[in-house]
Amino acid sequence: MEVLTAIKRVPETGAKIVLTEDKLDIDTSSLGFTFSPHEECAVEEGVQLVEEHGGNVTVLTLGEEDATEQLRSAIAMGADDGILLESDEDRGPAGTAKAIADAASDADFDLLLFGNESADTANHQVGVRVAEQLGLPCVTGIKDLDVTDGTVTARREIPGGSEVYEVDLPAVVTVKEGLNEPRYPSMRAKMQARKASVEHDEPAAYDEGLELLELEVPESDDSPAEVLGESPDAADDAVDVLEDLEVL
Amino acid sequence: MSTNDFPSNAGTVIIGAGIVGSSLAGELAERGRDDILLIDKGPLSDPGGSTGHASNFIFPVEHSKDMTQLTSDSRDIYREFDTFTNSGGIEVARTEERMAELKRRVVSAKSFGEEAELLTPEEVEELVPYVNTDIIKGGFYSKGAGTCDPLRAGELYRQQAKDKDALSTAANTEVTDLHVENGEIQAVETDKGTVQADEVIIAAGLWSPKIADMAGVDIPLSPAVHQMVSVGPIDRFEDGEGEINYPVIRDMDTQMYERQHGNDMEVGSYEHRPILWDVDDVPSIEESPLSPTQPPLTEDAFEDSMQHALEIIPDVLDDPDAGIRHSIDGLLSVTPDGHPLLGPIPEVDGLWSCAAIWIKEAPAIAREVSKWMTKGHPDIDIVAHDHVARFDEYGETEEFVKSRGYEGYQKIYGIVHPREQWQSVRPLRTSAFYHRQQELDAEFFEAGGWERPRWFESNADLVEKYEDEIEGLRRPNEWDSRWWSEIILGEHLHLRDNVGMIGDTGFGIFDIIGSDAEENMERICVAPMDLDVDSSVYTAVLAPNGGFVSDLTVARLGENHYRVITGGAHAGQDKTWFSDHLEGDSELIGRSSELCTLGVWGPDAEELMNSIAEEEMTADSFDFAEMKDVTIGAVDAKAFRISYVGEFGWEIYAPMDQGQRLWDTIYEAGQEYDIRPVGTGVYGETGRMEKSYRLMGAELEIDYTPAEAGLTLHGVKDADFIGKEAYAEGIEEENSATLCTLSVTDHAPDGGERRFMTGGEPVLDQDGNVLIDDEGRRSYVTSAGTGPSVGKHLLMAYLPQEYATEGEELQVEYFGQQYPVEVEVAGNGGVFDPNNDRLFRNEY
Repeated sequence: MEVLTAIKRVPETGAKIVLTEDKLDIDTSSLGFTFSPHEECAVEEGVQLVEEHGGNVTVLTLGEEDATEQLRSAIAMGADDGILLESDEDRGPAGTAKAIADAASDADFDLLLFGNESADTANHQVGVRVAEQLGLPCVTGIKDLDVTDGTVTARREIPGGSEVYEVDLPAVVTVKEGLNEPRYPSMRAKMQARKASVEHDEPAAYDEGLELLELEVPESDDSPAEVLGESPDAADDAVDVLEDLEVL
Repeated sequence: MSTNDFPSNAGTVIIGAGIVGSSLAGELAERGRDDILLIDKGPLSDPGGSTGHASNFIFPVEHSKDMTQLTSDSRDIYREFDTFTNSGGIEVARTEERMAELKRRVVSAKSFGEEAELLTPEEVEELVPYVNTDIIKGGFYSKGAGTCDPLRAGELYRQQAKDKDALSTAANTEVTDLHVENGEIQAVETDKGTVQADEVIIAAGLWSPKIADMAGVDIPLSPAVHQMVSVGPIDRFEDGEGEINYPVIRDMDTQMYERQHGNDMEVGSYEHRPILWDVDDVPSIEESPLSPTQPPLTEDAFEDSMQHALEIIPDVLDDPDAGIRHSIDGLLSVTPDGHPLLGPIPEVDGLWSCAAIWIKEAPAIAREVSKWMTKGHPDIDIVAHDHVARFDEYGETEEFVKSRGYEGYQKIYGIVHPREQWQSVRPLRTSAFYHRQQELDAEFFEAGGWERPRWFESNADLVEKYEDEIEGLRRPNEWDSRWWSEIILGEHLHLRDNVGMIGDTGFGIFDIIGSDAEENMERICVAPMDLDVDSSVYTAVLAPNGGFVSDLTVARLGENHYRVITGGAHAGQDKTWFSDHLEGDSELIGRSSELCTLGVWGPDAEELMNSIAEEEMTADSFDFAEMKDVTIGAVDAKAFRISYVGEFGWEIYAPMDQGQRLWDTIYEAGQEYDIRPVGTGVYGETGRMEKSYRLMGAELEIDYTPAEAGLTLHGVKDADFIGKEAYAEGIEEENSATLCTLSVTDHAPDGGERRFMTGGEPVLDQDGNVLIDDEGRRSYVTSAGTGPSVGKHLLMAYLPQEYATEGEELQVEYFGQQYPVEVEVAGNGGVFDPNNDRLFRNEY
């Protein structure tokens, strides 16, 4: 089977986010980049399905040249091919979905896997929009997935239980962390991925009609932390605090 | 401590609670400091510095006695805390060149008392079955190597100090300023409050320069990346009994190591291009996904390292199920010369540096610094090479620190020749003679930042002239002759036959001026200081325990004016020592950069100088050690009748701006005598060795007394001085060792290539056992150099008393081979001209 997974290059941030001076971006000067845990699960799922059923996993991203770093990480995890939709435009979910759907429409993918939402903007839209443009069925928020005889069985958790869907392939599925345990790439795979060729395509320009005016870091809770102690002697103080909070 | 408890006063404030700061807290409490505050901007017990991500292995062999000792002592401390696992360690060689280096390391281990042996590839495999023996030539096994847990050791150190009620800690507390008044530390300002302090130690690792800057001073280091990844799970490690079950492998030629821990293999590299950071770019704890000192791996820089790791342990790493589970660009500190930055910061009283220290040596360094702080001196010599004051008047700019840090990074696993010279940011300090020396094709070495000619290519003709004398002293082996030239031998012989000029000798020069100058000088120096004006004396300067702080020359220029002349590379340390011990009305004024020094020595020196000086410059008009004003051509100068090469002549001190004129005047007039410029190859090595003159940091160090060094020529003066009691006792007591000069009697006992030792080799008895004196001190070569006038390769070493006899036949080991040597001189006195007839201008 042919599987497409889409990933997004995002900064790997700590607890405190620092913005650039113009407040239009995150200051990434001392940060690394990654893709989200949801998307790692999507890649891992694709690789496992292909290991079971045969075929290929293609990993795709939209962004600038440096996003090939994330494509290579996915290839190191076992994806077979990488496609960079090279664009320096700031696209929202509609423009992103359009570019991906255009690219996917050229090939016969059986299953298109997305992270449920991106790690930075969390719009929850791209997978659904791609499905809509391609006229494919779509299930979202999936934490368990099985493919048999041209059908995907997908389960998502809801309060108090779960919902299970059966969808004919080809289909779009957006997945959540917990679906599987993504593998760490081996050293050999990492090295080979660094040498793997990545296809570069240019998506058609797209006017989203949206403009980013400013980012804002939400207020954090600055109430001072108190170190109660370093040894077992601190246990009594800890119990006092828990009692004050009425959890004991 | 909660925020409300932040104290307003503390006796001692330590900034930084990594292994260094925590060890300091424990060691200072042990030595009686009872009001210590330990501050860190991060949480305890891992505040986010280098301690938290270090690979933690301890490889106890170094080519330096002090570092071997500090590493060994640190291992003992970790062991006492039950935070050391003795796994052993193996350095493997992929090349013949590295195999030779491993032999040299075995010899250093023998010199400095650490167990070590060479292994065949098969023997490596027996200990570590997963090493690819097809690509290695052999290994170096350090049985005593292992892995420590510095975070736990830090906790235990802090607990120890708290149990004594001597320590409080302030975690999550950021230092925002240091208050300095009248050159003295006053207080430490933090985001939790300001604490007044008597003494402050900066132990903040790679943040140390930032903290130092708050006091307006420099701690010259730079953060640098050391890449590490952890690969697992590895099946074969699953059933291991403990956390660590295999020796650490250091793949020296690729500058990498592989260390098993649990079911992971940690792969670390110094192979990648040096990646230096600006301290201001290091993120805060809140901004860091892992920790401030663990930014993400720069993947492209790690590519070769992955390839090399797969080569050396393919069985473990080339497994699709073993993934890279953790990867970082670990940040650590590099300094301009690779040494730590320790001790009192000269510009601010009460402010100390304890930075740029590896985990493997941290507790012992903290212990020695705590001794330095509490009793005035350490017991292991961390002053000569590690004192932060060694960068005196130079070496603290960002460009210098970064360039040398970049260069030095590549030496961490490199094969570094003992004479190897730094290449970057040169020239930096040039004397007034520099351009003239360049015109004469000088080969420059660097000392204390100064460019000093080692030899002159323009003297190549002297090799032919002295062909017969030089013949037996040629060095056919590339290692022996690296950073060396036969021309040095020619220059030496020419100077002894005619006259040579040596400039600049790169001295550290400073004046002590004031109405209490004499009293201060008496208290600091061993030799009597009630000198006549214009006279001088060579003197030791001792620590309270009688160990050497320095040896230097003191001249009295006026009633209340002394001039101190010391080695250029030791100037900062000596200035700090004097300045810290001055009392009453005395001021220290640095002169190193305003005076140049030109030595003129040899049989024709008297006639030459007398012909160009306005004053009489003869043996009759100048007593030995006399310093007087002279006018040489158009230049007013001071001439000082002394010599470090054992020949009659003068050191001439002139204002730096007139140095070139001085050079030209002497050089031109000297043509009649075939005067030659001569390098420090003669001044610091061949001439010195023939006269057995001692060198600070080599022969003179804290482990040996002046009596053992043969430097008690002044007896014990009446006036009190620092170290007097120990010094006097040393004279009374029988020495356990005596500094001797030896010569090599066979350079090729196996009939192969003739070899010439470079220093650091162990001295053995006829059965091949290292000589060890009653105090457990091992004999090793402190200095090595050829004596062309005596036709011998000379070595200096402290020998146990029973071996310190002229004619005693012993051996030294060099690259795994033993060579016969003979004691030429036991105690003071030269191999050449032992009666000093030349120096004193007697008939000879």
